[in-house]
Amino acid sequence: MAQSKTQFGYRRHADQDRTGANAAEYPVVVVGAGPVGLSLAIDLAQRGLPVVLLDDADRIGEGSRAICFSKRSLEVWDRLGVAQRMVDKGVVWKVGKIFLGKEMLYQFDLLPEDGHKMPAFINLQQYYAESYLVDRVQELPGIDLRWRNKVTGLEQHNDHAVLTIETPDGPYRLRAEYVAACDGARSALRGMVGAEFAGEVFEDQFLIADVKMTAEFPTERWFWFDPPFHSGQSALLHRQPDDVWRIDLQLGPDADPAIERLPENVRPRIERMLGHGDFKFEWISIYKFQCRRMQRFLHERVIFAGDSAHQVSPFGARGANSGLEDGENLAWKLAMVLRGDAPAALLASYEIERGLAADENIRASTRSTDFIAPHSKQERRLRQAVLSLAKEADFAKRMVNGGRLSVPSVYDSPLSSDDVDRWEGGPRPGAAMPDAPLTRANGEPIYLTESFKSAGGGFVLLESANGAAFDAPRDVGRIRVGAGAPLHDHAGLFARRYDATPGSAYLLRPDGYVAARFRHPTPVAIERAMARASGKG
Amino acid sequence: MALSTKSNFTDPDAAYRLIVEAHRGISDAQSADLDAALVLVLANHIGDLDVLREAIALAQRRMVAAGQQQQQQQ
Repeated sequence: MAQSKTQFGYRRHADQDRTGANAAEYPVVVVGAGPVGLSLAIDLAQRGLPVVLLDDADRIGEGSRAICFSKRSLEVWDRLGVAQRMVDKGVVWKVGKIFLGKEMLYQFDLLPEDGHKMPAFINLQQYYAESYLVDRVQELPGIDLRWRNKVTGLEQHNDHAVLTIETPDGPYRLRAEYVAACDGARSALRGMVGAEFAGEVFEDQFLIADVKMTAEFPTERWFWFDPPFHSGQSALLHRQPDDVWRIDLQLGPDADPAIERLPENVRPRIERMLGHGDFKFEWISIYKFQCRRMQRFLHERVIFAGDSAHQVSPFGARGANSGLEDGENLAWKLAMVLRGDAPAALLASYEIERGLAADENIRASTRSTDFIAPHSKQERRLRQAVLSLAKEADFAKRMVNGGRLSVPSVYDSPLSSDDVDRWEGGPRPGAAMPDAPLTRANGEPIYLTESFKSAGGGFVLLESANGAAFDAPRDVGRIRVGAGAPLHDHAGLFARRYDATPGSAYLLRPDGYVAARFRHPTPVAIERAMARASGKG
Repeated sequence: MALSTKSNFTDPDAAYRLIVEAHRGISDAQSADLDAALVLVLANHIGDLDVLREAIALAQRRMVAAGQQQQQQQ
């Protein structure tokens, strides 16, 4: 398999010599070096916290697995210093097409406007994403990544947790003020806190075959209902780097996975689809999926993020992307709490915000899955009615659901301050900041997300300048756009995307979500909104 | 907007007739298929989730009532 740097070595750490009550103590231990754990660890380290990152394996997992990374995920990774590598290697795409039989029903464009640093989506094998994240981890002195360190025990205390960790040299213990459980769908820590993981199991089985071939298909997401090559079922074709193509075929509830996964049985299916046999298998997997979540993401000193906390079907690319959004939501909150800049209550907002997002992702994913695999005769009939109407009626096109792709949730959050002024557009409190193209005084282009990245990593006041700068609270970063300000909105897109009138300002949280916005900001109002967004309100 | 259950057609017999005739001479399976499409077309024309919810609730109440009546007749 075309993987780079997948094997890592176990190294004994001095912490392993400490016994009993002498266990080494860290502010945060992150468990699980998948995309979520790696990204969270980088985010925490960039916020100045020393992090221990544990993984029970000593290699990056096989198979392409998650391949679609969203604009939001790339914006997070850009902040973490790894996005450019991902975009350079990845396949950039934004158009999806839906077919019924041989005929195209409709197509959609996920980013129909310019002026964003990051594309709508890239496709990139998960092993590349993880490998680039590991490289970034190794650049940061603050992260101690320990392979073949398997968490086997957990003790919760008032103000810390103690982990028992199994290694090739035997067990040792670590104390952590907080443990971030990013240990995936089969999370061992979830079992250790005794939490349930309940939800809906879907009976239909799907076959993933990643094949290597040279092909002329465009770089688009193609989804078929009832294709001529796979009658009565659905199919998906999507391009990855290195001439690898993701093919996903619905097999129905009765297929025998042991038989279906044999390459000699997969091959004729793919040949029927492609019309030739000139390909090699990269990865074959048969899966069923579940939509489920933990009731609570916070269990005393253990905080769950990513697949350990919630799981969705793959249609919509909401698995890894929502996990990365968990990480960006958690990182700044944990950092503020551990630095003593915010009360521990701020962490409750992680559970509220990301719990709502999980519900939204599960809802969207369940709807797609139900449309792709109807439960009853009548459900199938309604689905067929939508598909056949879609050929001539616009309303039915919009009901055709081959996966609604991941977009960041808008949080109804206790951290947000309600609008008091009139806004005709722009992101409302609880929404992620949209990007916009700007220029510096010397004419050099810069994206808004880039200036956010260099604005200090804390709360940031994004102002549409109106004359001289006013006194803002000391600990808030500033981005000033407009006449007489360091940045210019030459294309007018900032003004349009933020409904920005001179003098107005947005207060952005450290994760780039809007905390509050003001037509006429005052230091007192900003101070109050910041306190609220820090869990002090 | 609330679901309107007052009579909206000036000629309700003609409206009923139109629907009945659409089902003449086709199989039960085809009828079910036609109804499914018709429900979707009309639901979109209404374009209001609350009205649709009320309409579904009314249809479901009738289903329960019809079920009870049948039991009493047995």
